[in-house]
Parts: sequence; structure tokens; C-alpha cells
Amino acid sequence: MKLWIPMAAAAFIAITAGSAHAARTELVLGMPLEPPHLDPTAGAAAAIDEVLYANVFEGLTRIGARGEVLPALAESWTVSDDGKTYTFKLRTGVKFHDGTDFDAQDVKFSLDRARGEDSTNAQKGLFTAIDTVEVVDPSTVKVTLKQPQGSFLYNMGWGDAVIVAPESAETNKEKPVGTGPFKLENWAKGSSITLTKADGYWGNPVALEKAEFRIIPDAAAAVPALLSGDVQALPNFQLGDALPQVQSDPRFKVVIGATEGETILATNNKKPPLDQLKVRQAIAHVIDRQAIIDGASGGFGVPIGSHFSPANEAYVDLTGTYPYDLAKAKELLAEAGYPDGFKTTLKLPPVAYARDGGQIVASELRKIGIEAEIIPVEWADWLKQVFTEKDYDLSIVSHTEPNDIDIYARKDYYFNYDNPAFDKVIEELNLTSDEAKRKELYQQGQKILADDAVNGFLFELPKIGIWDAKIDGLWENSPIQANDLTRVKWVD
Amino acid sequence: MSIYLIRRLASGLLTLVVASVVIFFVLEILPGDPARLMLGMNATEDAVQALRVQMGLDEGLYARYVQWACGLLSLDFGRSYTYSVPVAELIRERAAVSLPLALIALTLSTVIAIPVGLFAAARRGRMGDTMAMTVSQFGVAVPNFWFALMLVYVFSVWLRLVPAGGFPGWQSGIWPALKALILPALALALPQAAILARVTRSALLEVLGEDFIRTARAKGLTRKATLWRHALGNAMLPVLTILGLQFAFLLAGTVIIENVFYLPGLGRLLVQAINQRDLIVVEGVVMLLVAAVVLINLLVDLSYAFVDPRLRTRA
Repeated sequence: MKLWIPMAAAAFIAITAGSAHAARTELVLGMPLEPPHLDPTAGAAAAIDEVLYANVFEGLTRIGARGEVLPALAESWTVSDDGKTYTFKLRTGVKFHDGTDFDAQDVKFSLDRARGEDSTNAQKGLFTAIDTVEVVDPSTVKVTLKQPQGSFLYNMGWGDAVIVAPESAETNKEKPVGTGPFKLENWAKGSSITLTKADGYWGNPVALEKAEFRIIPDAAAAVPALLSGDVQALPNFQLGDALPQVQSDPRFKVVIGATEGETILATNNKKPPLDQLKVRQAIAHVIDRQAIIDGASGGFGVPIGSHFSPANEAYVDLTGTYPYDLAKAKELLAEAGYPDGFKTTLKLPPVAYARDGGQIVASELRKIGIEAEIIPVEWADWLKQVFTEKDYDLSIVSHTEPNDIDIYARKDYYFNYDNPAFDKVIEELNLTSDEAKRKELYQQGQKILADDAVNGFLFELPKIGIWDAKIDGLWENSPIQANDLTRVKWVD
Repeated sequence: MSIYLIRRLASGLLTLVVASVVIFFVLEILPGDPARLMLGMNATEDAVQALRVQMGLDEGLYARYVQWACGLLSLDFGRSYTYSVPVAELIRERAAVSLPLALIALTLSTVIAIPVGLFAAARRGRMGDTMAMTVSQFGVAVPNFWFALMLVYVFSVWLRLVPAGGFPGWQSGIWPALKALILPALALALPQAAILARVTRSALLEVLGEDFIRTARAKGLTRKATLWRHALGNAMLPVLTILGLQFAFLLAGTVIIENVFYLPGLGRLLVQAINQRDLIVVEGVVMLLVAAVVLINLLVDLSYAFVDPRLRTRA
């Protein structure tokens, strides 16, 4: 009988504790663009990864909140001395959401599919170094590279490198089946995507039972949605003029973080007179980065002096390479043979930072006699004219892929930049896995690009996150495009 | 009457055929490659080419037109490039929002506009008329997205009566779905009602100047009875024309309101498809709209015959 009292007390405590801590387990997030489909291995749209990465799909490795490489489906790995063979030890007991087991065959299938002949992977380049993928046993995979690649483990953490199952790979666009802590519940096209907690997840259990990504195309609509409580988080949303209204409200947290988006004044390095270093240097001298950040990005964003993210460990501040100096700029133009300036064009894609930034850049250029005619283009048209056909002089765009300084070594890329010294740095970088050495090479590369004034380097695109002050665990920065919900919870 | 109907049907069909040719070939001229758009700037050329083959874009232009047009005959609109689901399915999902929204908005605007128009016409030049027309002038001039935002701030943020936006889907029940459509329907209906009220008023005034009205008054009918029995029916023609035009507009011209309330309607589907160069979706939606306009015009013409007996015999 005596036992009853403590038991009843314990039960009472349990009940009251339970109700007092009946924390919310549902979250509605707003995002401006809808993913075209739900397969991260078949599209470049950031919205795909923003819903699915780490939540529904996982890769061998994963990228953490600070951009670090962490183990995911591979619990550990060893690298051969020549840097060409990676042996991955896989987690066991992992299941896909449809109940099928995850094993080494799925890894081989996914990697072979991504690099295959009819692959439609948007980042097929991540896999080109792979020579063979061998299944050693169900929990061991050996990947052999054609040549060492220092960034291989990082590459395997991209959303485009997630592991899919052969049974569901073809239908992932509609019904994504992954190994992550959340599974797809429903996709109401044009409206919202709902994820629910998956049973039997192998890793740390997640706190949220349900997460809904609601598509809100307009900033003017996102604010009332937030204020009315319909939506509790806007993890990456350009609110523009409406931001101060939310900033002053103690119910919400406004977190300004960094993305991997280098916003640049893209320059056609083969188009006269932009092919002359002195002309590009002159342009670099009239770029007033702070004015552009204030006018085109609401005052948020970090100035950059080369094509590299300030959030990265290997970053060097090169914004002082060509400081704002009109007299110097005019002098350089005169030396190049254009004392009165020249006429050029500036093709702008339909994003606010480009359209607004373009106005500012054009007015700065006018001060040294360069008349830049602004030509607004749609995205599809931009990709065709500027990116594919290289029919442009100047443009403004943000390169959002992480760690993508190697694009300057690509042959026939739309900057039309060609510098063997830079190519050599990237080549060496690919062969190096020693972190200290890699850092040094990255810094050399940044320096070359800044000195050559390949493009006008403007600023790093900010990640403006707004969410309920009671939400904990959303990413502050965006080292890759993702809304990792695995550690998100409501706190009192 | 039946010859008239057949002639109207034939000309409607011809319009559709011509429209399909124009829509298809004009859109194909648009610069941009849907495969490159999908895979982005970092994609290799062979991956883009593989996707182009998957989308069926490697076939010739004429072959694709014939394939598309033949599909239309059996109501097969093809497969979306970006969503990779049948276009017909996408349109059906979106029409489940846009069609009820347009109907509610149209009903609201008619219910508001006709009485206001009658009221103003009956009091021509007096205080009531001036006030009604001033208010309707405001209704025409106020941008509907601003009005929509005001509605959201009052009814969602402040009073919390209805959601600020979004659409839960009809499967969540009639009432939650209707609740999501109330504010957008109001925002759409008021400017339309303002226009309609003005049209109703001026049509009535024109009719009121006709000889038969004087005759009706001369034989002893009251002003009110004349208005209802003789004037209103005869003033319906321009009102019906405007109603038909408004309905066609409400079906897909509502993208601004759809954005403010983030509703998954036809207008947003269309704009999104244009941006993503999902041309087959654009073609399907535009074709459907053409068909809707043709049908609405046919119905409006038939209803002319209904309100005006002279048109029945003339054909």
C-alpha cells in the first residue's frame, strides 16, 4: 500500500510535467520559390535542397551549419596514401522510407547514376573524378578516383550527391524516398510541401513531428502571414522595406547570416575594350561596394574583393586591391586609350540585387565616361544570351554554389577568362588534401582573380532569416542551400 | 436559331484551331532552354543534352506541334517539363481554386453592382447618384493588391477571422476552403463591381431616354415599375458583355491577387511556367483560356437572344 503514494505522486508529476512541457512539434516555414520537383539529383533549383537536404535525403557525408564535412550515411572512411582510393564504412540498419534496406549497392547505384552517360544531374562535375565504385561488402564501398581530388569528401556532401534507392530513383521527383529523419507527407502543388517524422530513423531523433514549407511568392504577403501566426519562420526571405516592421517586434528573431553567393559584376574578358586589364582595373576602382550593398541589398551583405566567401576559413580580404578612386580610374582608362570612356551594355537578370545594383553600377561608371546601357532580361534569356552564348559585356549575378572558385579555371566559361597561372593553382588544389596547403592555394587563387580584376567583385549575398523567437536550431548561415530541420525545436 | 448556333459553333472551333497554331509557334520563338534552366549554371553540356532528350525537345518543331495538337483532341495536354506530371492534372488542380474563386467574385460583384446601378440611375443627378458614383470611382481607381493587403491586415492580422493566405485544398472540407477564398474574392469583386455598377447605370440612363419608356410612363406606369419592367431588361446587353469579359479575366488575370494571398491558381501557374520556360504548360493553359473565352462569348451571345427577342428571329 505504501507504494501507492509515491506512485501516484510520480504519476501526478509526470502528467503535469507532460502538460507543462507539451512543446509544440509542428512548424510552418515560408519560402518564396516552389521547387519544380523533389529530386535533388536532377535539378539546380535551390528550393529543392531547401526542402529536402538533410531532412529527407542524406549522402555519404553531409555539410554542417559551419560548412564543415560531417559523416552521414558513411560513418567513417579511410583514404589511401596516394589519395585516390576512398573506402567508406557505411551505417548499418538504415532503411529508406519505403521500408527497403540501405546498403552498399544503393551507394554504387547512386554514384554510377549521377555520373552515367544519360545522367541529368545538375552538378555532374562533382562526380567526374570517380573512376570506379566497388561494393566490397554490404556495408563497405570503395571509390577509386582517376586522380586525387582534395574536395572529394566535400563534394559527396552536396544535395546533388545524396543516396537514392534503385526502386524509387525514377519517381523521386514526385514521391521522394530517402533515408532522412523526415518523409514526404503531401505536396499540394503551388501551395505547400508537408514533411512528417519518419519512423525508425537511424540517427538522433528529431524534435519536430511535422514541418510544412509554404510557398509565399510575395514579400508583401509574407509579413502578414508571419504576423498572423500562419507561418512561424521565413528562413531565407528578402523582405525588403517590410523588414523593419518585423525587426521591431520582440516576438520574432531576425538573423542576418551569410550565404555562399558571391555577387559579381560579371565581365566578358574577351570583349574589347574589357579585354584590357587596365579597363577592368578602372572599373574596379569605381565600384562603391557599400553603396551597392545599401541600395541593392537593404544594407545587408559583406563586401568581397575576390570570388570567395568571407565565411570560409581560407578567405582573405582583398577589397582593398583597387580602392574607390575616380582619379586613378580615369588615369587607367586614358592609359588604355579611352580618355573619354566608351559605350557598353549591362544585362541584368530579374532579381532585385541585380536590377537595383545595376542602376548604381551604371551611375558610377558614368562618372568616368563609361556609358553602360541597361538591358533587363529574364532568367531564361540570361542563361541563353549571357551564360551560354556569351553575348554580353557586363552583367550582375550571384554565384550561389559553395566553394566555386574553380569556375575561373573552366575552359569556355562565360567570363572568357584564361590565365594559366590560375589554372595551375586549381590543378594543384585538386591534387592536395592537406588542409593547410589547400588553404594557401585558395588564397593564391583569390589573389590572382583580384589582381586580374576578372569581374567586379561586389558582395556576399546575405541570408536573412526571420523566425519566432521560441524556435531554436535553424541555421544562421547558409553554407549550402538547405533548411536543415534535424535540430530544430520549440523552446519556452 | 439552330443555324445561328451552328454558325457560332463553327466560328468558335475555327478560332481554336487558329489559336493553337499561333500559341504554339509564337511561344517557341521565346528565347531560353527549359533544360538549361532546370539544371542551372553549373551543369555540364552533356547533362543538359540528356535532359533535353528526356523532355522530348530534341524532336523537330513541326513534329512536336502535330503531336501536341493531336493530343489536345483527346484532351491530352502533354507532360510538364519542370513538374514532369501531365499538364491536364496541373490545370485541374489549379482550376479547382481559380474557377470557384472567379464564380464567387463574379456573383459578389453582380449582387453589389446591379442594385447600385439601379439606385443611381433612378436618382440621376441627385445626392444618392453622386455618392454612389463617387464611391464606385474610388473602387475603379484603388489598386486591388493594396485593397487586398488592407483586407488581410484587418481580417487576418488584427481580427484573426480568416487565414492571411494559402489554400488548404477542398479535401480539408468546404468551410476551410471557402474561408481561404473569401478575402481574395472580395478583393477581386469590388473593383469589378465598381465598373459594373457604372456600366449598369449608364446603360439604364440610355434606355430611359428611349421612346418606349415615355410611352410606358404615358400609359400610367410609375417610375419604379417602368425601371424594373421596361428599362432593366433592355439595359442588360452591355451588362452581360461586361460580365462575360470580367469572367474571362477572373479566370487567369488574377495573378497579383493570387500572389498576395499565395493561392495556387491558374494565373500563378501561367506566370511560373513562363519564367521556367515550361512552354507546354503555358500552351495548355493559354489554349484552355482561349476555349473559355470562346465559350463565354457564345453563352453571352445566346443570352442576348434570351433577353432580346429580336435577335432570335434575325438569325
